[in-house]
Amino acid sequence: MGGRESTLVLLDENGIRCDGRKIDEPRRIMIKAGGLKNADGSAYIEFGDNKILVGVFGPRDVHPKHMSNTDTGILRVRYHMEPFSVGERKNPAPSRREIEISKVIKEALMPAVILDKFPRTAVDVFIEVLQADGGTRCAALSAASVALADAGIPMRDLVAACAAGKAADTIILDVNNEEDQAGQADMPIGYMPSLEKITLLQLDGVLSPEEFKKCVNVGVDGCKIVYDLQKKALNEKYFQNGRDQ
Amino acid sequence: MENKRKYVIPGDVITTGPFRPEQNVVLEGNKIISTTIGISEIYDDSVRVISLTGKYIPKINDLIIGKVISHSSLSWELDINSCYVGFLPAQDVFGRDFSAHADELTSKLKTGDLVAARIANSDRTRDPLITIADRDLGKIDSGDLVEISPSKVPRLIGKKGTMIQAIENATNAEITIGQNGWVVVSCESPEGLLKAKKAIKMVNEQAHVANLTDQVKEMLEIKGES
Repeated sequence: MGGRESTLVLLDENGIRCDGRKIDEPRRIMIKAGGLKNADGSAYIEFGDNKILVGVFGPRDVHPKHMSNTDTGILRVRYHMEPFSVGERKNPAPSRREIEISKVIKEALMPAVILDKFPRTAVDVFIEVLQADGGTRCAALSAASVALADAGIPMRDLVAACAAGKAADTIILDVNNEEDQAGQADMPIGYMPSLEKITLLQLDGVLSPEEFKKCVNVGVDGCKIVYDLQKKALNEKYFQNGRDQ
Repeated sequence: MENKRKYVIPGDVITTGPFRPEQNVVLEGNKIISTTIGISEIYDDSVRVISLTGKYIPKINDLIIGKVISHSSLSWELDINSCYVGFLPAQDVFGRDFSAHADELTSKLKTGDLVAARIANSDRTRDPLITIADRDLGKIDSGDLVEISPSKVPRLIGKKGTMIQAIENATNAEITIGQNGWVVVSCESPEGLLKAKKAIKMVNEQAHVANLTDQVKEMLEIKGES
């Protein structure tokens, strides 16, 4: 975010960040699959202080009808922040930022889902941010792909997402709210580890070509950590004990 | 050849090499990847995954249970617990000499009625066509509806129908299983009805457990004594 002046020490001389993490250490992540009875699939994620709940419906009838596609199913995503999710009350009407994030998450999920078996239907993903603390789009994307898998939507791979960035002239993994506000760059990455494909890449800030490459690699490593937790969440729900019969 | 069954989730690489991808798997390069949560099976030359989640997708000739949601002057629409609505033409019920003026559709099937039906035709372009013109098909007059996950229907039937026979024999209930996950149980005695419903719910909840048929039998016997 352009490196604003602040009194906050983002990185001390021992390589410890403002919230006590090392430079390549993500925040505490907890993912739970299922939990909502009335949704076809659901997931809950705690990503540091972010708390996000995702519900998936579908495949189901498309309303309004003109949106349906006779060749394939369509994916619709709504990212929404609760009024109480941030320090000062947020207007619950969809903001410009929420509309953008909905679009970005939808486009990050599209390469993973296989909807051509369900023509004339829609899959709806509802993302509710209960508590926000920087990096909600990554946490929301990770939770959304778990919820889609829980709903039984065919997918090529789960999309894991994690941000990398630059603060105090150092490339760091998993940018938190303070580092996002006062740091130099923020790069959310969505990644499909089995296929080794990136589905989301945004960058806010300035990086040199070398820093950019390093930042992508750090971010992808973070995605792999998230991916293991996504798999663990689904295994816990469906196969309580052990992976082999 | 390894024929190991494995629990898989989307993105898991089941195997690599010259296999034919079948249900719920995709070929990416030389990797065969699962697209759903389920159990993978490798046969001589093919790989498939049996899904544990997901909605019912109509297949031709499936026996299903449908609920009438509305009708026009020529056809009924049925809720078949799927992403599509079932289409039941009036000719199918009234016969070839059906006339839209003379025959009243509600005289045969009303909104909310349950019917046992078969999928006559289903393709990508139209809603599935339903028929009730066959033996054992048609309006269901009595019984209780139990909803289970469509992916667990094969488990409820069991190998060669062992599971469902075990439940029917122990409770004297008559059970109609729709492939869409709707099950109608009817029984003379209320105790039998309750027991059968409990057994079906047990199968639904513990579908992943091995030796479930024996456990269900055990549960039914204990209940029978008390």
